Amino acid sequence: MLKIENLHVAVGGKEILKGLDLEIEAGSVHAIMGPNGAGKSTLSYALAGRDSYEVTAGSVTYLGKDLLELDPHERAGEGLFLGFQYPVEIPGVSTMNFLRTSLNAVRRYRGLEDMDAVTFLRLVKEKAAALDMNPDMLKRAVNVGFSGGEKKRNEMVQMAVLEPTLAVLDETDSGLDIDALKVVADGINALRSPERAALLITHYQRLLDYVVPDFVHVLFDGKIVKSGGKELALELEEKGYAAVA
Amino acid sequence: MAVTAEARKKVQDATGEYKYGFYTDIESDFAPKGLNEDIVRFISAKKEEPVWLLDWRLKAYRGWLKMIEPTWAKLHYPPIDFQDAYYYAAPKKKDGPKSLDEVDPDLLETYKKLGIPLREQEVLAGVAGAPKYAVDAVFDSVSVATTFKKELKKAGVIFMAISEAVKEHPDLVKKYLGSVVPMRDNFYSALNAAVFSDGTFVYIPKGVRCPMELSTYFRINAENTGQFERTLVIANEGSYVSYLEGCTAPMRDENQLHAAVVELIALDDAEIKYSTVQNWYPGDKDGKGGIYNFVTKRGLCKGRNSKISWTQVETGSAITWKYPSCVLSGDGSIGEFYSVAITNNHQQADTGTKMIHIGKNTRSTIISKGISAGLGQNTYRGLVRVLAGAENVRNYTQCDSLLLGDRCGAHTVPYIEVKNPTAQIEHEATTSKISEDQLFYCLQRGLSEEEAVALIVNGFCKEVMQHLPMEFAVEAQKLLGISLEGSVG
Repeated sequence: MLKIENLHVAVGGKEILKGLDLEIEAGSVHAIMGPNGAGKSTLSYALAGRDSYEVTAGSVTYLGKDLLELDPHERAGEGLFLGFQYPVEIPGVSTMNFLRTSLNAVRRYRGLEDMDAVTFLRLVKEKAAALDMNPDMLKRAVNVGFSGGEKKRNEMVQMAVLEPTLAVLDETDSGLDIDALKVVADGINALRSPERAALLITHYQRLLDYVVPDFVHVLFDGKIVKSGGKELALELEEKGYAAVA
Repeated sequence: MAVTAEARKKVQDATGEYKYGFYTDIESDFAPKGLNEDIVRFISAKKEEPVWLLDWRLKAYRGWLKMIEPTWAKLHYPPIDFQDAYYYAAPKKKDGPKSLDEVDPDLLETYKKLGIPLREQEVLAGVAGAPKYAVDAVFDSVSVATTFKKELKKAGVIFMAISEAVKEHPDLVKKYLGSVVPMRDNFYSALNAAVFSDGTFVYIPKGVRCPMELSTYFRINAENTGQFERTLVIANEGSYVSYLEGCTAPMRDENQLHAAVVELIALDDAEIKYSTVQNWYPGDKDGKGGIYNFVTKRGLCKGRNSKISWTQVETGSAITWKYPSCVLSGDGSIGEFYSVAITNNHQQADTGTKMIHIGKNTRSTIISKGISAGLGQNTYRGLVRVLAGAENVRNYTQCDSLLLGDRCGAHTVPYIEVKNPTAQIEHEATTSKISEDQLFYCLQRGLSEEEAVALIVNGFCKEVMQHLPMEFAVEAQKLLGISLEGSVG
């Protein structure tokens, strides 16, 4: 589904990713772990197409297409979802309105009609309930005044509504208490299917107790230095990145 | 952010640039070009006005001759040649339509294209349960049709062209015309008083809640023609009315002048809600053409516990000079001003309000949202004045500016004059930019850049937009997006 070859990415002229290779098959869940500054967030932003993240070499093929040729919103239209480490506040725009605008934008990209209001409302309420989100929060402005946990939960509701083909979750587990962590894990697990894949970017193996990955990769100084099964996460936790890398 | 030319084209096709820029080819009567006493007499004669009104116009005209154009606003434009315009243009007609069936089909078609239903059955044929609103359609210098007059008359509401009201309700017009905005209040109000050709007159009797929204739709069509309309709304004791106005004009290379005067009077316990969606042609992206919009709007809260609320969404015009104000004379009266002003490309706006607190326990709220893009310049200019006798006055002012790009400007010029120590005045102001984080967050959720900007800007304006009547709010939201077309990238 996703094939990254020799990816080099620079931010502000400084090279952060230095030849990253990664292949993700449909139906699998991959975890990328690594210390601060290794390039984890850079990878997620580069995949999503953020402006200031300049790809200087390498290629990314997604569903047979050259991902790097697509604009950010086209990548979203193609089913790529980025769960943000720091979800952004949009004052005055209700979460419900944001979800509807987003869903319909993606549907239009795929040549579908806008979803009618009744079906949409039912869908959102169902997804919010499954993720334990208070329906009142849907009326509040996007992430404005939300706690850290609420923001992450909101990311999961968006993901559930958009049903992405590839979800890249950037430290979605950071700053969560154990209950919120379980909710996030449930959200990810609910989307596991043979057609979909997920890339979890995380600092700790804690999330991986609840979302068991098929593969774990260690990102160190802009490259993947080691790959393995879920046991690699435990080894990292025990011995530290330096020893493993 | 980079956006492909193709994507931009798609959005442009979807939204259209200025979709009201067409011209209706209709045979018109013009007054000779230029302005002098004969023109004033010509207009008055065309309208078959009584002598008192002609005298009033002439007095205004002579006053205007001695006045000089205001230059204190932060607006830059070449000198206006007041002799190089027509002051009267009206679609040719024989006796004037007696009913809607007699209105020129070309005109009906024009308003249909603008989305304004002039046939009552078209309104009725809409979605079941949709609120009705009555329309007075002003085309260049004259009112061409007024809908739902009969139904309103049943409720005792007078809703008609002001030129008709002069004939049918001379006492009311004589009593209130110029009572809030004196004819020589300022340069443009004096000009308007001299040459105003039509506009809307509304009178709501004691204790009546107007059964539907009233609206006036202004259309400038003829070339080289100024539009000078005058609106007068009187809400008698304990009455309520919600009034809305919209405006559009064809796309032309030369600038056209629009100088309107609006006067509102609210008696004891009356409430007037006045909403404007101003979408005059803003000029092209190089700043060529566009309407010069010099407007004087003022409401008098004459009665105790009366309330006047202005809501404006200003997206059009090359130049906007406009300060809808409230004179809070009745004790316990309330004035409100909610404004969104957008300037894109070369547009300039200098807009705000004046809240004059005269009565005791009077309150005012000002919420202003200015958005600048391209080379647009946006100034909020507001005055809160508390007179010595006004005890326990409260005012809250909030001015927020949003900048898109780095070549536009936002300016906030608040004046506060307080002569009574019991007053509580609050003023808050912010200036911000659409952050790259916000934009990217929206793009990642599938929105195009234009959709993202429109969404974020609509969020920024929400506190104002929620004061618009529902049907208008939807249109206004779309308009915000269209007005900012091409402002990113």
